[in-house]
Amino acid sequence: MSTPTAYVLALADDALISSQRLGWWISRAPQLEEDVAMANIGLDQLGQARALLSLAGAATGRSEDDLAYLRNERDFRNVCLVEREQADFGVAMARMLVFSTWQHELYSALSGSSDAMLAAISAKAVKETAYHVDHATHWVLRLGDGTDESHARMQAAVDAEWPWRAELFETEFLDDSLVADGVAVDPSGLQGPVEQRLEAVLHQATLNVPDTTSAYSKGRLGRHTEAMGYLLAEMQHLHRSHPGVNW
Amino acid sequence: MPRLDPCYTRTPEMRAFVTRAVTVGDVYGNDFTTPEQQPTPVIADRPDEPASFRALLETDGRVEPRDEMPEGYRKTLVRQIAQHAHSEIIGMQPEGNWISRAPSLRRKAILMAKVQDEAGHGLYLYAAAETLGVDRADLLDQLHSGRQKYSSIFNYPTLTWADVGAIGWLVDGAAIVNQVPLCRCSYGPYARAMVRVCKEESFHQRQGFEILHTLSHGSEAQKAMAQDAVNRTWWPSLMMFGPPDDDSPNSAQSMAWGIKRFSNDDLRQRFIDMTVPQAEALGLTLPDDAIRWNEERGHYDFTPVDFTELFEVIRGNGPCNEQRLSHRVKAHEDGAWVREAAAAYADKQAARHAQEGAA
Repeated sequence: MSTPTAYVLALADDALISSQRLGWWISRAPQLEEDVAMANIGLDQLGQARALLSLAGAATGRSEDDLAYLRNERDFRNVCLVEREQADFGVAMARMLVFSTWQHELYSALSGSSDAMLAAISAKAVKETAYHVDHATHWVLRLGDGTDESHARMQAAVDAEWPWRAELFETEFLDDSLVADGVAVDPSGLQGPVEQRLEAVLHQATLNVPDTTSAYSKGRLGRHTEAMGYLLAEMQHLHRSHPGVNW
Repeated sequence: MPRLDPCYTRTPEMRAFVTRAVTVGDVYGNDFTTPEQQPTPVIADRPDEPASFRALLETDGRVEPRDEMPEGYRKTLVRQIAQHAHSEIIGMQPEGNWISRAPSLRRKAILMAKVQDEAGHGLYLYAAAETLGVDRADLLDQLHSGRQKYSSIFNYPTLTWADVGAIGWLVDGAAIVNQVPLCRCSYGPYARAMVRVCKEESFHQRQGFEILHTLSHGSEAQKAMAQDAVNRTWWPSLMMFGPPDDDSPNSAQSMAWGIKRFSNDDLRQRFIDMTVPQAEALGLTLPDDAIRWNEERGHYDFTPVDFTELFEVIRGNGPCNEQRLSHRVKAHEDGAWVREAAAAYADKQAARHAQEGAA
């Protein structure tokens, strides 16, 4: 069986970087209930990241912190969707809807992975991501079908995020044998189910499905947006300033 | 007229700060005795106090929202609970400042959960205030316009990771000393909210202690970071208990109403007595050479707190007053379109359901 390290690392990085962005919202959300919810979702994603990083590092003796704090930008394998700034609540919810719907489909499929650890981590994450999808869906509905202003802002947010979804379904980074062995899920196979769900929510929210082309998004290959370097600089600075100590 | 320390009576302006400082001190009540040890509250014979209300207080019963209560009691509680709630949500900022930079994923998860707890505490407390006939949105407006205060401790910056530990250990530790007695506050909804808050605060204090313990047993640089954070946090944490008793004119009434139980100075002493042995266990020092055990008193002696700084911070001249409030106001204003949309959507949904019902 092929080693799933690179694959698991990519999924771990998605969850870690998304969580890092969500953490920014705590104390900045539109209402107190939402501070709680965004922290909750960020914590779930961080939990997924930690489990997946530990799994990815086990083969080479690297800890979750080694992988999170000591890799450089070009070694991160998350999709660019999750690393970009999101200081607008509409953008945060559009992104959460796209990302969580994809995660939910992915983890549902991976619950049947031939890798027992990956299957177990995924089974737990299915329940969490179902709640994340539900949360994002409710906000996209409220904002899309709320006021004229919120409709316009939500449409703009969806337009901004939509091109970045395409990378979630790319297979370029993946070792084919992992899919053949039943360890990984073919990303391209998730596109239909994910987009069908997203389009249904957008339709109900009175929003248009953008007909934009895909963004140039190659995070899975370690080619990130400029935002990524700053995100990592902030996240890794303290850990790297004191090499080898305990925290 | 109680004796006033000269530093509070210098000018009429200063006296105004004292009054406001007392108000901030009143964010927290206090009581550490067992029920048997408690003195019977002295309840002044006030004509505006309904007999049923006085009977409840005399039997140590709980006042519930439906019960008759004096207007002064209601107003005092609204102010106290609101300021407590405001303190919780402003308190999210100094620690939130380190979420993105937490030095391990485990610490990051714990810190996110802790700041999330603080938002939750704010929610329980605003809900408790709402049982007294006020509205959360109005209370937030009063925070944003500066008419209601929050605890001054949050107007200090978190300069290093060790500050997260020092806040947990000292600030949450002081909050617990202040808040445990509120679990038996005479107003039922506040008392019940505090039961939950105190359980979580106790966890917060332990995590702060653990952060400092790890640092103080780590590298030289880590230990220095921990000591520096404790040095900076110690005096502000002592100021959390409010001005000395001689300057707490509101305390007697709050005590008679079963809202406040113990004096500011008693609480401060209690906190110091608890904290000194913990500092020894951490291998860290407290920045006060006068701290030593006094056999005769059965307490630790310490240098009297210089409250000049507290009054400056309350006046708005602390290091982060402007930053904390503008962060809060910006979040509120940036979220206005979202709250408006949620309300509009709820109205539309209600109209749709009504239409379906009629059809």
